[in-house]
Formats: sequence, C-alpha cells, structure tokens
Amino acid sequence: MSVTERPLIELDGVEKVFDVRRKTGFLKRERRQVRAVDSLSFTVARGEMVGYIGPNGAGKSTTIKMLTGILTPSAGRLRVAGIDPSRERTRLAHRIGVVFGQRTTLWWDLPLIDSYRLMHRMYRIPDARYRENLDRCVELLELGDLLAAPVRQLSLGQRMRGDIAAALLHDPEVLYLDEPTIGLDVISKAKVRGFLKELNAELGTTVLLTTHDLQDIEQLCSRVMVIDHGRLMYDGALAGLHEVGESERILVVDLERELPPVEAPPARVVKVEGPRQWLAFPAGESAAALVARIAAEYPLVDLSVREPDIEDVIARMYAGAVPGRTEKAVS
Amino acid sequence: MGERGTVLEGLRAFRLIAGMWVRSSMTYRTSFVVTMAGNLLMTAMDFVGILLMFAQVDSLGGWSLPEIAFLYGLSVTSFGAADLLLGSMDVLGSRIRDGSFDILLLRPVPVLAQIGADHFALRRLGRITQGALVLGWAMWSVDVDWSVGKLLLVPLMLVSGAAIFSALFVAGAAFQIFAQDAAEVQNAFTYGGTTLLQYPPTVFGKDFVRGVTFVLPLAFVNWVPACYVLGRAYPLDLPGWAAFAPPLVALVCCAAAGLVWRAGLGSYRSTGS
Repeated sequence: MSVTERPLIELDGVEKVFDVRRKTGFLKRERRQVRAVDSLSFTVARGEMVGYIGPNGAGKSTTIKMLTGILTPSAGRLRVAGIDPSRERTRLAHRIGVVFGQRTTLWWDLPLIDSYRLMHRMYRIPDARYRENLDRCVELLELGDLLAAPVRQLSLGQRMRGDIAAALLHDPEVLYLDEPTIGLDVISKAKVRGFLKELNAELGTTVLLTTHDLQDIEQLCSRVMVIDHGRLMYDGALAGLHEVGESERILVVDLERELPPVEAPPARVVKVEGPRQWLAFPAGESAAALVARIAAEYPLVDLSVREPDIEDVIARMYAGAVPGRTEKAVS
Repeated sequence: MGERGTVLEGLRAFRLIAGMWVRSSMTYRTSFVVTMAGNLLMTAMDFVGILLMFAQVDSLGGWSLPEIAFLYGLSVTSFGAADLLLGSMDVLGSRIRDGSFDILLLRPVPVLAQIGADHFALRRLGRITQGALVLGWAMWSVDVDWSVGKLLLVPLMLVSGAAIFSALFVAGAAFQIFAQDAAEVQNAFTYGGTTLLQYPPTVFGKDFVRGVTFVLPLAFVNWVPACYVLGRAYPLDLPGWAAFAPPLVALVCCAAAGLVWRAGLGSYRSTGS
C-alpha cells in the first residue's frame, strides 16, 4: 500500500459514443453518433457514499455500466480499485457489488438461500466469510423468514433486500446501486436506507447510487454528482445543489376558512383553492420556523411539505446556473 | 489466468449454473416429466420419418437404410451433445433485449459458460439418447468390416462433430449480439445443419455440397468420414486423408468461433437503462 491512498474510482476524460442506426427505408440506414457520456472526470475515495443523479437518458446507467466493465469506454481512462473494468471484467467482479433495481440476480423458482449458495461457490467465498456475511445481511435486512421461500413469492421490497444481500456476500469494496428504492413502499425504503448507512459506517464500503428519489440522497449521501447529456453538471454537497438550483419546497396549508393569501416572507403563495393554500419557500429555509410563524397568525388546521423533485431541481439549475455563483459546479 | 484456466473455470461455472436450472425445472415436476416425454417422442418421430420413406424406396441417393441410419446417428448424436452444452444460445437475443445479459457480465465467470448453461434442460438428453440408439443399430446392421481404426473413428467423429456444431452455436450467439433478434438465423444453421447431414451428399447439388464442405464445413461432421467407414466414394473427390481431418476442422472452427465471440462481446452495447 502506498502512503497516499489512491481513489477507489477514477475517471479521466471518459467518453462513450454509441453508433445509432436508424431505418430510413427498406434496408437503408442512417448512421448517427450519440454521445452518451462526454469527457467525464471524477474520483471517489474509499468509504465515500455518493449520489449520482440526473434525468432519464443523462448517462447514469452508461457510467455505471462502464464502471462495472459491461461497456467499454470509447475514450478516456477509467479505473476501479486500480483495475481497468472492461479489460479485466471478471477480476473486477470479485471486488464490486452491483444491484440493478429493475433486474434481479436471484433465481426465480428457487428458495432465496439457493441463490446465495450459488454466490458462495461462484465467487469462491471462504466458508467462514460467507457465513458471517450472510448472517449479518439476514439480520440487518430481515431476511430470516424469507430464505426458504421461492424468490417468485417475495414482494418487490423483499426481493430488493434479497438482491442487496446477494451483492454483498463476497465483501465488495464498492457497491453500485442503480435505483435501489424504485417502486418500494415507505417502510421498505427505510429498511434499505438504514442498511446502506450501516454498511457504509461499519464496513467502510464505498457506495455509488443512482436514484430519482431525493430522499435517498438526503438520508444517505454527503456528496452528490449531477449528470446531464453525458456531462457532469455539479459535484458537491446536496445543500449546495439546492442553492445552485434555487430550488423551492412547497408548504401546503389548510386553514379553517377561506382567507386572503398568507403573508409569511420569504414564502410566497403560489396557489389558493378554498381554504387550502400553496406556499413556495427556498429549500434551504427551515420549514419548522415558517410553520410556527404561520400557525401564530392564522387558524391552521393541517399542513404538508413537498420536497422539490430532483428533476425540478436540475431543470432549475440549468435555467439559473451562472458560472462563479456555484459552489463547485462543473461546466 | 491462462486459456486453460479459463476453460476449467468455464466448465465449473457451467456445472454450477446448469445445476441451478435443473433444480428450477424440478420445482415443476409434472411439467418436467411431460416435456421430457414429449421431447423423446418428438426426436423419435424424426427417425420414424426416415423409416417411412424407406418403406417406399430401397435406397436414397444410392444409400441403404443402415447407411442412412449411420449418417443420422452421427449427426444427431454430435448435434445433441452440442445442443446439451450450448443449445440455449438462442435465448441470448432475448436476454440482450430485456437487459438481463448485463447481470451475466457482472459475475466473475466466463460469459460463454453462463450463456451455454442458461436454461439448461435435462430433456435435451433425449436427443443424444435417440441418436446414440440409432447409431448403435446402424453400426450393427451396416455391411462394414469393422477394423480397430474404423471403430476408433466413430468416437472421434462424434467429438469433432459436437465441436463443429458448438462452434456454430457460438458464432450464431456472437451474431445475435450484433443483430439482437437473429435466433432464427442461428437455428437455420444449427438445426438445419443437423437435418441436412441426415441425408447422403449424393442427393444434394454439387455446389451445395461444396459450400457445406469448404465454407461451412459440416461435411466433416459425418459425410466425409462416414464415406471412408462405409467404403464409399468421397464427395467432391476429396483426397483419402480428408476422412481423418474432422478434428483439425473442428479445431479451426472453434478457434474462429472464439474470435467471433470475442468480437461480438466487445461490441456489446447493452440496453438503455
């Protein structure tokens, strides 16, 4: 080991260009090049937990696929744990764990435990390590009652937990999660998030996750990277992203009766519908203070807070992004 | 890891994954028994078709029934072995389309082994069994003075034939990575190949036989070596040593298929999400 530790993940000017052929007639095809990832450079240190977000088609999955060796970059340099993923895909496989939220590695018709036994043998995990890791996953992900059940009988949330366990049995140094909470109910999401947090804190596993759920990022990641059109648009803390995006949260208040628009700067009323009013306020402001002020002056019956949609934040970010004003935004 | 290590690793992975598929199929026992029986019956009907033809004629292209059965047994048994190992290659296209091929690429074992073992089904043993039975009967009833050399040539033909068909399966799979839904093209060559080899070369046109000898060397699965065993004239006036060329042809085919597979895998572009 060198004195200065190398980053676990290194990308330097990575590009991925796809040739897209489009039918323009019988047997005639037009060729077009699509740049899915464009001169992407970043590093992730060991033990970091990073959110990787962006709209659909931004290049998130393409990046993950290059990091796992599924796809070969068209240009640039890419290293994970010092390994060039596409050249030594099978060697890298021992050191990474991957969970694709929309695809399972589990065996549909067989009891859950059978999938784990296959991992045990396929990855040649030493018996003691396997048992230890399995026990830990079973306990923390509450899989005990599910091990004997065929995977086809598991709910989506149970299967996701099962998939996460499957990705961790071989002690990967880095875990990639592609939409790990997609389609899960609130309780399942909380379980998954709690587990990931613990995994990162206790074992120091590096985690890179893509998501559309801003709460995933808020609860898990100290660092967030935003990608769009294959380019890194932002790399920094989540709070900074809100500033950059000038994003707003929405406070919905139900008053006792119809009243003129509530006055509570910096919040402003954006919509009124009978006794219900919608107030937009900067995402960085405390909702509690705002609610307290409104409750003191108005007859408040009920309220709810809507978090800014991640797509929304990003959309605003582009609209309002001025170089120099951003914390660490990359242009 | 050297080539040898990769092959051993691949076989180990094949065994592991095939085992999972067998266990999966056992969870639907009735379905398993029914498809097994159906498969045996279907492959058996295949040879019954030839028997029916011989109820009307005494020879086909100048070949007698036991001689045709010899060709049939060689073709079906070697094809059956390749089919058992790599017969699921045609699901590769659908795996690529639905994105589940990515999952295979994440595992620390050779992809080819995983694809070969994909949807592994014991019912495929039906084809080999039936082919071997016909071959046994043909060897017993054909009018040949079995020398040690001729006897040894039979297993050599089967192994080489299986290798040639395997190469076809692998090349076809690589082609599916380019073309995504080309399973039918692959089947035309593999299933089509084994069917045409059940008939003697004399019933086909000369240009066709040339193609099947020099371009897609299926003729070396059974035609050429069988002509030697049966003491018949070689197709296309090939030289005498051609009967012993199958292992060499198989080796070249496998090497070529390996290169094509690598190129195919390198060009893989995954799905959108």
